[in-house]
Amino acid sequence: MIGSPDVVAFTKEDEYGQTTPDPWALPEEFSVPLHPLVDSNPWAKTSYAKFTKDFILISEFSEQVGPQPLLTIPDEPKVCGTFDLNYFSLRIMSVDYQASFVGHPPGSGYPRLSFVEDSRVVLGDSKEGAFAYVHHLTLYDLEARGFVRPFCMAYVSADERKIMLQFRELSLRFSQASECLKAGNRRAFAKELQRKLRDLEYTHSVLQREEGLQREAGPQCMYSAHAVEKANELANVEKSIYEHRDLLRQICSYHHRPRRDPHAVTCQKLDEGEDEGGKRRPSYTPQLIKAKSPKCFDKRLKTLAELCDNTFYEATVELLKETERSFRGDLCYLHTRRLDKALRRKQRMTNFLFEEDLGDDDEDEGGTLRPFCAVNHAVDNFTLLSPPPIVLGPEPLELDALEPPDPLDPASGTSHTQESELGLVESHLESSPSDQTLETQGSSEETKGSFSSDKSGTGLAVRQQNVACMKSDAPDPDPDSDLTPDPDHNIDLERESSSEEIETTAGEDEGDGTPVSLLEVVSELEASREDECDGLTNGACEMQSDLLVPLDTACCMAQEGFLYEASAPEAVPRPGQSSHLQPCQTPVVNQEPQALLHLQDDYTVGSPSSQSPAAGLELPVELLGDADSRTSVGDGFDCTMSASTGSDRAASPLGYGGVVTLRQRKKAGQGALRFVRQYPFAMQALWCLLSGRTLVVLGADEGMVRRLVAALALFVPGPGKCGEKVQAWLSCPFTLTDLQRWKLIGLQRVASPVGSSMLYSLSRYSRYISILDADQKTLRCPSYRGQLLAKIADHRTYIRRGSTFFLHLQSTLCHLAAKAFLFTFTHHLHLPVSSTEGPKVVEGRRLCFLQEQLGLGEEDSQILLYLSQLITQQYLQPATGGRASATCFSFNYTTSVLYKI
Amino acid sequence: ICRFMLKYLNSHNKSPVLCIGEEQPKNWFTELQVLKGHFDIVRFLVQIDDFRLQELRGHSQQITAMTTFTCENGPTSHTSLITASSDRSLSLWDPDTGNRVQTISDLQSSVKCLLVLERLCVWVSGGEELCVWNTDFQLQCQRQNQSDTGITALIELPKNCVAAAVDKEIVIYRLTVSTDSSMSLAEIHRLSDHQDRVRALINVSDGLFASGSHAGELILWDAIDWNILGYEHILWEESQACSQAEIRLAAPKPSESVHSHILAAVGSGLYVYSIRTKTVVAYKKVAHDSNVLHTMLLSDSELMSCSEDGSVRMWEIQDLPLPGEPASPGFFGMWTFGRSNKQTGLPSKKVADVPPHIRTLELTGDLIGHSGAVQMFASFGENGLLTCSTDHLLILWKNGERQSHLRSLALFQKLEENGGL
Repeated sequence: MIGSPDVVAFTKEDEYGQTTPDPWALPEEFSVPLHPLVDSNPWAKTSYAKFTKDFILISEFSEQVGPQPLLTIPDEPKVCGTFDLNYFSLRIMSVDYQASFVGHPPGSGYPRLSFVEDSRVVLGDSKEGAFAYVHHLTLYDLEARGFVRPFCMAYVSADERKIMLQFRELSLRFSQASECLKAGNRRAFAKELQRKLRDLEYTHSVLQREEGLQREAGPQCMYSAHAVEKANELANVEKSIYEHRDLLRQICSYHHRPRRDPHAVTCQKLDEGEDEGGKRRPSYTPQLIKAKSPKCFDKRLKTLAELCDNTFYEATVELLKETERSFRGDLCYLHTRRLDKALRRKQRMTNFLFEEDLGDDDEDEGGTLRPFCAVNHAVDNFTLLSPPPIVLGPEPLELDALEPPDPLDPASGTSHTQESELGLVESHLESSPSDQTLETQGSSEETKGSFSSDKSGTGLAVRQQNVACMKSDAPDPDPDSDLTPDPDHNIDLERESSSEEIETTAGEDEGDGTPVSLLEVVSELEASREDECDGLTNGACEMQSDLLVPLDTACCMAQEGFLYEASAPEAVPRPGQSSHLQPCQTPVVNQEPQALLHLQDDYTVGSPSSQSPAAGLELPVELLGDADSRTSVGDGFDCTMSASTGSDRAASPLGYGGVVTLRQRKKAGQGALRFVRQYPFAMQALWCLLSGRTLVVLGADEGMVRRLVAALALFVPGPGKCGEKVQAWLSCPFTLTDLQRWKLIGLQRVASPVGSSMLYSLSRYSRYISILDADQKTLRCPSYRGQLLAKIADHRTYIRRGSTFFLHLQSTLCHLAAKAFLFTFTHHLHLPVSSTEGPKVVEGRRLCFLQEQLGLGEEDSQILLYLSQLITQQYLQPATGGRASATCFSFNYTTSVLYKI
Repeated sequence: ICRFMLKYLNSHNKSPVLCIGEEQPKNWFTELQVLKGHFDIVRFLVQIDDFRLQELRGHSQQITAMTTFTCENGPTSHTSLITASSDRSLSLWDPDTGNRVQTISDLQSSVKCLLVLERLCVWVSGGEELCVWNTDFQLQCQRQNQSDTGITALIELPKNCVAAAVDKEIVIYRLTVSTDSSMSLAEIHRLSDHQDRVRALINVSDGLFASGSHAGELILWDAIDWNILGYEHILWEESQACSQAEIRLAAPKPSESVHSHILAAVGSGLYVYSIRTKTVVAYKKVAHDSNVLHTMLLSDSELMSCSEDGSVRMWEIQDLPLPGEPASPGFFGMWTFGRSNKQTGLPSKKVADVPPHIRTLELTGDLIGHSGAVQMFASFGENGLLTCSTDHLLILWKNGERQSHLRSLALFQKLEENGGL
């Protein structure tokens, strides 16, 4: 065996509990240091890793060949580079092995299956520069030694901190995957057992017949060696039958055993009924079993896919792929992305304007993030998770319905199954040795749990002692005392309960020995919460939001605790708040969006120049690192083809049928930067787009027009999920209906009768449109004299990179959107305050607000008015979405001027 | 569509002189909504009540006339819609349900005009014959017509009289209701002062009606004794066969008899005729690039016209005569492709004997949106204006500011209903 691996110790101390960090500050490690230290090359730490990207490794401790890697995700050879997977598998597989007792325990007649809970460790190989979160699990295999086969899944990264800080989320994600595998495995195992049982019964009947024949042959044969051997064989088969029946009973009772794993999630298959109904029918032809056990080393062991029903295996791989995807990027990126998402979730009202759609992300997260929180999604996972066939959920109910029918094979003796059903309850109530094992594991889990939650600060090296001591104080205090949320709790307690409420569900039943399933805890938890918020607010919503808190804060758990601290102060007044604010908010991070904060500043100060560049830049909108470092495979977008290469395809991500992704938008940022730098009248063009005047990009070259349109599409407010308001390339005359529908049109310039009629439509509708002639480099539009866009459309800008410009843009646009939001929903700007006020007074107030408080000129006000109009329409008809805003088409009659380059 | 456009292209080049440009401060139609529903040329608009959209299907051929029919049934008044089609049928529709309530299909000729006499609770259809119907679509009486052109226009006159335009004549019929409530129709007079076919027939006020002929004659008649009160021959040198003269009056309600103007559209020109002075007080010879199809006097000084050129124009009668017609300030000359110079010779000043107090007709704004001829428009006051066109579209023009305000109100109302964001 390899020597003890250098298990990474959590170095985190409890000191963060005392500090009250500024919730607005970025964690220190993400901020740019004022005085860069000499040896602080940020890449120094990871530079010696032999692989370039994080990956997931699945390994097995094979009883035949020892530890071996099975697969990596992503499954590309270049991912691991020269990294020695075999060696690393050896390292990670040698960390765990839980003393799972299988076989004939003393005092029990039959072999016992141990329901081994997963274990999680973080370990590092400093020499290789590899750190890994390792998730061990065991699967059942009738042919394996002790019926178990140990596997592990590892998230391998070169960044130790990343693993440590994401431990909780990693753990949850991998638990999901593991649970999925295990659920499939149990099914496969039960099936295998049934088959084996029928083989055995068949063998038994054959042997009995032979024995009967012998008995008929006469008494002299009764004691012959052959007869004795036969009798022994028969006895063996009988014993084997009992053993297997018992195993079957055990595997079926799986869901009735208490769960000790705090991160455990359960797995079920949705369309089980039909699926199973079809599969069980074809009857199995039993085979005779040779007396000799086929345990030999040359037999082929089942593959992982065989071990766990193929659909489950595939679902697991999908889950892991998703996990790998969601953990791409460095810590800073992950962190800012989360912050950004959380903030944007609070700005649902205006997100449609400039942000890419979060709705999809939400669903996405519904599928992946939700099951992380073993406690919270009892309420809504059914509707949410229907699309994938595999459902991960905390409640084991459905499995009762699923698994017991499995052994209920009409061919096998029904009495046995009944017996096993009856025995279900006893199986975990009796203090059997297997329970003993569970207990040990439970407490060792506990150790790991606290280990992960940065409380104990123990390394794995001291785990053994911990196991011992945890055993002694295993009877935990009643979990409910911890779990009962008290709105008036101080920060510490709040934090305690939120970070621990999942964990405390583990090992809580040692005290009274009553099996409390996770589900029960959930319901209790919910009940108590409901009781509490019933009188105050909308219970379900409040509860959900409360329960959601640990979910996401868990992700950022160890990041200086600043998210925790941020959530705490708000958690106190929340129950007292009026309830109607709650439904829209999903208080993932209980922070105010910074944009609003700045706005407030602006208004209270009343300074005419509301945008200091710094304020605009502080908002974490879609912080994206280098695009190349995160080439997403699933994107379907060739990253090597950037807009700058002039490829039409790459330059025109817009069009019907596809959701405009962030990647495309970022790429468009490069184009937008080029546009701004190239055209001195870019500001006017942007103003047209932002104020809702349709811009027609006229040109003969399709590629050029499409590129321009793709770049300019960034400035179309509320472009629609798939860019419905943008038409990248049009080669026929447009009509008024088109103008109503599209805000940005790429129009082909052709020299033909069609072309002239197209030009005619251009001149006919010239009052509604602005025309950017890409060939002659002219722009015809109303003149813009505002200041607002000077910041983003400065053609002498120092920004050189498209992605930087994109961020700059995003922050400015976000700022605008926030202002528009404020304008839209400020009552007195639209309605009279008293009955004596006429519409003129209100209009005057509105003007005053726009001009004096926001410091906007006439043209700039038009932008805000247009955005406000969009927000209003969106608010009034959110269901119909883009259609509603398309039905009305506003314009004004102003003279256009021709700008030349 | 292309054909249309090219046509407009040509016509557009004829008179750039009328381009108002893009700066239109008096034009308050700053928002529009396109209503799509028709699959063919939209020719008629009738206001039923508020905005509603209902598709009525039934006629197999084009609808030639349409009117609303309000019948007072005790306290509730129900408005229904009568349509006449060239499939020689008449239909009564219930606009609430969209059902065809009544149909008469085997007419001898197609009906060209409809007139509702609400006072008598009957309605009259005019085609080759003149028929009187009651509310239950029962024929009360009818009269064959002598001319083959048939009746082209119908108006109601006092004393149960009806004036019908038949070719060059205006025939006055009297409807008598006998004691057994049977009706009879008798021709009592013929006015044959028009030199050409009578195209338009309108009620001006209780005691006045006007008629216009193809040749551009405008005659003002006394509604009681049918004397000519005024005669104006609006000279119009190119009397093409395809052109038509239409005369419209501003106030649909005769009660507001203070209206002193009659608006006559002859070809593409607009003429405002003053009843008081019996002269044309303001005119614009080339008001549109093509024939004017519908006009409306919004007030004593504002009028509106739509034309085959696809635009709706808003005019103001201004007292101060300007030296010249407004030049087109911002016509965009980016794509000047062979502007045809075959300008039709400007109409010579035939109306030279204009009275000294002539006023001007100033273009205050235009609405461009349709890609085909604008057939008709209906004004809904401050709610907006509805235009229909051969491009199968209806466009609802609204006051953007008002709409924005209404939306804002709705927003705060919803906000209140939702109890917050």
